[in-house]
Amino acid sequence: MTTNGKPKLAMYWAASCGGCDIATLNIHEKILDVDANFEVVFWPVAMDAKYKDVEAMEDGSILLTLFNGAIRTDENEHLAKLLRRKSKILVAFGSCANEGCMPALANLSPLQEIFDTAFSTVTTDNPHQVRPQTSWTAPEGEIHIPTLYPVVRTLEQVVPVDYFIPGCPPESPQIAAVIDLVVQVLQGKAQLPPAGSVIGAGTSTVCDECKRKRDIKHIKKFERIQYVKLDPALCILEQGILCSGPATRSGCQALCPAAGSPCIGCYGPAEGAIDFGARLMSAVASVIDSNDPKEIDQILDGIPDPAGSFYRFNLAGSLLRASKSAWESKA
Amino acid sequence: MPDSQPFEPVIIGFTCNWCSYRAADLAGTARVKYPPNVRLIRLMCSGRLDPTFVLKALAGGADAVLITGCHPGECHYLEQNYKAMRRYLLLQRTLAQLGVEPQRVKLVWASAAEGVRLAAEITKLVEEIRALGPLNWPTGTGAAEAMFASPEQMVVQEVSA
Repeated sequence: MTTNGKPKLAMYWAASCGGCDIATLNIHEKILDVDANFEVVFWPVAMDAKYKDVEAMEDGSILLTLFNGAIRTDENEHLAKLLRRKSKILVAFGSCANEGCMPALANLSPLQEIFDTAFSTVTTDNPHQVRPQTSWTAPEGEIHIPTLYPVVRTLEQVVPVDYFIPGCPPESPQIAAVIDLVVQVLQGKAQLPPAGSVIGAGTSTVCDECKRKRDIKHIKKFERIQYVKLDPALCILEQGILCSGPATRSGCQALCPAAGSPCIGCYGPAEGAIDFGARLMSAVASVIDSNDPKEIDQILDGIPDPAGSFYRFNLAGSLLRASKSAWESKA
Repeated sequence: MPDSQPFEPVIIGFTCNWCSYRAADLAGTARVKYPPNVRLIRLMCSGRLDPTFVLKALAGGADAVLITGCHPGECHYLEQNYKAMRRYLLLQRTLAQLGVEPQRVKLVWASAAEGVRLAAEITKLVEEIRALGPLNWPTGTGAAEAMFASPEQMVVQEVSA
């Protein structure tokens, strides 16, 4: 592989949707700074590259790897370990790599159920009940496809991570700011933040950035947003719509509440919160306006899927990480 | 552990400084017997009980968690025990989806005078959990990482060959 002497950059997607890559391209003309300052050596979304090219690189030869996606398969894990070895700085980029995000909601279900839903329900035309086999002997030789693990993990649960950029996806201006910082560090004009830092985000909560008016919260009923005509100026949680703002890290300028939609928690736990769901459950339960267990139960019926609501982005990164049935399921 | 030995549950108990902690104290001074499986942690109020504490206990290897506080209407801080109750009810719903049996997290009200009652509740909980068996959450036993294959044996390496 030719080299032009510039520091090397890699970006990889594991179990993810590609939104992180789109958000990175969305930094507009800043992408030219990336090109001016880095040699992109591996970025499957943007350019052709083979795993063997990465394997042939010298250990530590990539300066910066932005790793998005959770660890769902043995292929994801292999690439996480490979890129850790080849990179000086490994960044968990986006919610999946940081805390599991949507792929980790599968941690509520055993593997068998996931396969059954994917291959044997009415939406799948599969008359012979074909299931994927992880290895297959063809005339040309044995071929393999990745194996699903029973539990989705975050990047840090697999390899040591240097920095964390949260968000689903990280907001493009935040990515641009991180790129700016790295370029300044390369030019000797700035210092890298302490290892282990969360970068490209705030340290407070989404509520802190939210422009909506807040009064005292007394919630008598939780409603789904489609059944409510929202007051455009008032706190969404106060109007009985579950909002993740109180537990979620700032950094997005409270985009969703500004657009009339509750925060869903994509920037992950606020600084100091160990378990996102616990922080949010604590906040939500404390503003329920009832002291009667029966009535409290009725009010809580308005949250039909608590695990999915409180751990929408955070199940793999939470303290319990997965449901018992998922832990116990076999690949 | 040999099969002949009964399973001894590890239970983390949270007590309120103003009521249940004193109830436990009273049980002690009155020589009321209860099984030693509960490790009590004193909080200033059951309202201080962040659900994180419960999850951390379960994830760290506890078999059950006992939450105790002042009876409704008797909170030293007016009504924080109601907050504890709401958090408990919400947490139970979430834990159910994660496959944690409801018996494993228990809420008990106990005033400073109810040493005997608290001891009885603890005894009952320990027997219930003993019957239920260990929780063994993989994050607490070190099994979480052991359950994944090591990369050297993984098929994807052959892709590069």
